[in-house]
Amino acid sequence: MSLRELITHSRGVPADGDTPVFAEPWQAEAFAIVVALHDRGLFSWNEWANALSTQLKRPDALADGSDYYHGWLAALESIIATKNIAGKEDIDDLAAAWQRAAHATPHGKPILLENDPDRS
Amino acid sequence: MAARVRALETILTQKGLIDPLAIDAIVETYETKVGPRNGASVVAKAWVDSEYADWLKRDATAAIAYLSYTGRQGEHMQAVFNTPDTHNLVVCTLCSCYPWSVLGLPPVWYKSPPYRSRAVIDPRGVLAEFGLTLPATTNIRVWDSTAELRYLVVPLRPAGTEGFTEDQLAALVTRDSMIGTGLPLATEAV
Repeated sequence: MSLRELITHSRGVPADGDTPVFAEPWQAEAFAIVVALHDRGLFSWNEWANALSTQLKRPDALADGSDYYHGWLAALESIIATKNIAGKEDIDDLAAAWQRAAHATPHGKPILLENDPDRS
Repeated sequence: MAARVRALETILTQKGLIDPLAIDAIVETYETKVGPRNGASVVAKAWVDSEYADWLKRDATAAIAYLSYTGRQGEHMQAVFNTPDTHNLVVCTLCSCYPWSVLGLPPVWYKSPPYRSRAVIDPRGVLAEFGLTLPATTNIRVWDSTAELRYLVVPLRPAGTEGFTEDQLAALVTRDSMIGTGLPLATEAV
């Protein structure tokens, strides 16, 4: 999308010309995790801005900014790895467990990690 | 993506670094409580109260905190005042630094690569995309935000608003007019 299309799109949304703050719930959660970790002093906002900038400046970043929160999440993962809290593999494994748990959970029931059939 | 965020949340909660209830509270705050109405009340107050306007010029961080809008990232605020000769425009070329405490979270276009790359090189062309054409004699100053310093544009008070209350004035102040990509609403639009 061109800049003009993005502007037009953001104006087409009612209520004060503001687009919804988050397009999907995971974006809101990823956003809040960063704010919470910063509140806790895990990193400075400057460190965060640099980590985010590195992701947003990747050559494959989309021109319409629709992958902004993908970059946000990648920056969060990178900063967590730098601080030796969790590596990519830990996150991959647990994400896969959540996905298996979601598949194994009957519709309408809360998804719990305990529902993962491969849980060891 | 949802599963990855869930995984991160699980790890960080287990390590005692975040509290899921606090995460919900942050989302709630940014979805409903913080938005451009905060900034609009700052601008309206500066329009009616010249002492407040002076304070905002000198020390925007303190003047804005006085209205109970404080930044979470410990960032400093600077208010940049439009004049008949100079129009101010705010961007963050690095990523998406934005005065959250007074404007909420940034709109989609603010975070987009074309805005971030073009606002500095061709501000006049960018403003034209927003439908804003300024006289050729008007200077455009572009302010590049950082993690430590964020900007709030104080637009010119629209003509014909003598005797307006602060609330009536605040209703004229749009989000875009505080980023510099727009002007306040004209009085007949209200």
